[in-house]
Amino acid sequence: MLLLQDKNLLITGVLSDQSIAFHVARLAQEQGANIVLTSFGRAKSLTERAVKRLPREIPVLELDVSNQEDLNNLSSNVSKHLPYLDGVLHSIGFAPQTVIGGNFLTGEWPDVATALHVSAFSLKSLTVAVLDNLRDGSSIVGLDFDASRAWPVYDWMGVSKAALEATSRYLARDLGSREIRCNLVAAGPIRTMAAKSIPGFQVFEDAWVERAPLRWDVNDPVPAAKACILFFSDWLPKTTGEILHVDGGFHVAG
Amino acid sequence: MTTEEVMKEMAAILDEVAGVSADQVAMGKSFVDDLDVDSLSMVEVVMAAEDKFGVKIPDEEVKNLRTVGDAVNFIIKSS
Repeated sequence: MLLLQDKNLLITGVLSDQSIAFHVARLAQEQGANIVLTSFGRAKSLTERAVKRLPREIPVLELDVSNQEDLNNLSSNVSKHLPYLDGVLHSIGFAPQTVIGGNFLTGEWPDVATALHVSAFSLKSLTVAVLDNLRDGSSIVGLDFDASRAWPVYDWMGVSKAALEATSRYLARDLGSREIRCNLVAAGPIRTMAAKSIPGFQVFEDAWVERAPLRWDVNDPVPAAKACILFFSDWLPKTTGEILHVDGGFHVAG
Repeated sequence: MTTEEVMKEMAAILDEVAGVSADQVAMGKSFVDDLDVDSLSMVEVVMAAEDKFGVKIPDEEVKNLRTVGDAVNFIIKSS
């Protein structure tokens, strides 16, 4: 039997075929899942182009997580394609350039608020938007970058990831009564569009290749995607509020 | 494909993706400086070109494709 046979998933964050979310979508389809994607604005035509590279073409719904109207419409838009959901992938993050790349001390609140809204609060708002679609026992999975320490150049995006980690724990707490799990995958650095928009991202790449116990390939999003598939499967039924590191072991290296 | 054929297809892609009119597109024109193609549109141009011409344009190569001519020559070389 396939790992995700007949499961229905909502996947955000497919921007190109380099996106981690693209490979989650690809592997999920290969493992038997039905999927809808979300995208918005200028990114939507990119997402639609990426969809053509998936095993099966699927719908792309409009969703800007900072737009309440989009969130209000999401549940009924999902229902047009899938009768219920078994999982949601949150692969969404954004920080204005004024609050990353060495601008921690000069970052101002409106820009920081944008980063927190889009990158962390959205895990809650996305989940709540489709709460009625989710069956008991569903799985929410978010993409994280280890926020337990202060990194070079990551600045307020790092703070946003810390907020994402806390949000995930509270969602795990409040959704547990419906056996809905909420977990994060903390990936090592991958050369996605999101990563390339961080000035100075090279320092992560160099550190990982040098220090991670397992060989780390910054061009390979598949290991992180596989971990997401595992969380969507029935094989971690009592794991919630967890952060799974898919970083080649970097976080244990001294 | 000939240079002219690839150029014509590239002009169509640039029009569709970034709204660049065909008469602006020339071999020597820079995507960023002359045609105002930003990084998001450039990713889409690359994906569209890969689909159109059946080639793979690796990330490391995209950095070297400064002008339309660079892209056209790369596509001819790879296809």
